[in-house]
Amino acid sequence: MARLIVMGGGVSGHTAATFAKKWLGSEHEVVVVTPNSQWNWIPSNIWVGVGQMTKEDVVFPLAPVYEKAGIDYRQAKAVSIHPEGKADSDKPYITIEYTGQGKAGQTEEITYDYLINATGPKLNFDATPGLGDGNGQLGEHTVSVCTADHAMHANLELKQIFEKAKTQKQKILVGTGHGMCTCQGAAFEYIFNIEHEAKKAGVRDNLEIKWISNESFLGDFGMGGLHMKVGGYVVSSKLFAESLFAERDVPWLIGAHVNKVEAGKVHYELLDGTTGEEEFDFAMLIPPFAGVGLKAYDKAGEDITGKLFAPNGFMKVDADYSGKPYEEWKASDWPRTYQNPDYKNIFAAGIAFAPPHLISKPMTSVNGTPINPTPPRTGMPAGIIGKAVAHSVCDLIKEGENAHLHEASMAEMGAACVASAGKGVFDGTAAAMTVYPVVPDFEKYPGTGRDTDYTFGEIGLAGHWIKHILHHMFIYKAKLNPGWTLIPE
Amino acid sequence: MKQEEVNFAKSDAFNLTMIPSAFARKLRTCVIFQLFRFLVINIKMLVVVSKSH
Ligand SMILES: Cc1cc2nc3c(=O)[nH]c(=O)nc-3n(C[C@H](O)[C@H](O)[C@H](O)COP(=O)(O)OP(=O)(O)OC[C@H]3O[C@@H](n4cnc5c(N)ncnc54)[C@H](O)[C@@H]3O)c2cc1C
Repeated sequence: MARLIVMGGGVSGHTAATFAKKWLGSEHEVVVVTPNSQWNWIPSNIWVGVGQMTKEDVVFPLAPVYEKAGIDYRQAKAVSIHPEGKADSDKPYITIEYTGQGKAGQTEEITYDYLINATGPKLNFDATPGLGDGNGQLGEHTVSVCTADHAMHANLELKQIFEKAKTQKQKILVGTGHGMCTCQGAAFEYIFNIEHEAKKAGVRDNLEIKWISNESFLGDFGMGGLHMKVGGYVVSSKLFAESLFAERDVPWLIGAHVNKVEAGKVHYELLDGTTGEEEFDFAMLIPPFAGVGLKAYDKAGEDITGKLFAPNGFMKVDADYSGKPYEEWKASDWPRTYQNPDYKNIFAAGIAFAPPHLISKPMTSVNGTPINPTPPRTGMPAGIIGKAVAHSVCDLIKEGENAHLHEASMAEMGAACVASAGKGVFDGTAAAMTVYPVVPDFEKYPGTGRDTDYTFGEIGLAGHWIKHILHHMFIYKAKLNPGWTLIPE
Repeated sequence: MKQEEVNFAKSDAFNLTMIPSAFARKLRTCVIFQLFRFLVINIKMLVVVSKSH
């Protein structure tokens, strides 16, 4: 009997664990180590953040689902990886620290034959003074929608602003809280949902709503922007995004590295080197992401964290980490199998793998401060990679170490993305987009780097319906309800 | 001034982009038209999803 441990029960890890268990059956063991007791459909946190959904709408308990699937669930966080075992045993193992199941604080070692790291991001609030509380958590001056609890808190604060806006002017600032953030899409959704709700509440006229982000142009989204077919034209996402911001009266400040947050004020540096301040009554700023801080040790107990992980804490896989200049970047730099180059029984999936480099063009301010979005790894790629990695591990277990590994390069896969711009069965809108491939391939598609036959976008009610249906579909799938394998990632 | 033209005057940045006309905006929430777009978008997304798996 072989044992697969999946660290992280989010989008990617849950997909990997549930498919692996289905394919391996009861002959082999699948263990999920994750600190959360509930699974969260993170994209719908946006709607929790504007009071259009409750926390209960976007989460469900993991324990019954894993029990039904026959998965050994440990509500714990992984702390360290020991890929060579220890002095008296060659068996690789991880150490974990329980966060629930009545064992909070207890530690344990679990051996593995295969390991998938799907621990997602650490929300690195403390990277910006004042954005965090100094202990790794969200600070007191801004709100976040990155977790369901954050989103509930954001909604409470927002409601107070709406109340005040009935009688006085209020200023809302939404965007990224550092020069190296990703996930602009979430902030984009939040700002337009706020704008939509403000109109419904009749307080839009008293609200100044402003965007601040590290993108060098609006619509970059960490993917270097995209070109899509709209109305017979091939259009840059810059025009598409600017149009929406202008239509909804949302001015923007871009190329901004927020370097300090205080009560009611952010300090920033722009790409041109100038600095400034922006005041706010309510701000939602996405934090930069980092790896979750797993450590690694060799057989002798020496720290080999730098061998398994990139400096940003994400796990090294089969990507090109040579650090070559932008002009030499290629689609083939991106990983295909997500196998660690040093330890072949370790894989990383979803946000946990270290990208070889940015997707957007690297930018630094004239003062040398890097200000550019880092690569997004959205739900669809995270799910597809999780499934491909699970497939590889199952084949390795069943067919032996020479089994063919499954591939899921972000330079060869597309992504469908629906960004909400306001919720409502008849007055909601969302930007429905597809992009193919996620990472541009300028050798294959000279010009835009992508296949414009499969890269498109449009805003409308249909997009909102799709977003709403996806919410129910993905929660249905994650609960492993009948037919769950038929729903694509 | 037409309602959709008001925002052009608000800033240089707004002035240099495109803003949808009242008709284009109406279509965005016109249920009949959006039912048709729903089908089209779903087909396009399914094609991209199938190319990616
Ligand atoms: C507000 C918001 C809105 C978004 N909207 C969209 C959208 O509309 N469409 C889209 O495609 N994507 C969206 N995304 C991105 C999407 O949520 C991510 O791509 C996806 O969650 C990544 O999956 P993952 O499994 O890599 O990470 P996660 O889903 O974050 O899962 C990581 C898991 O690892 C666990 N973990 C953390 N530390 C440890 C540890 N030490 N040991 C074990 N487990 C650990 C965490 O508790 C978590 O369960 C959004 C993100 C945000 C924040």
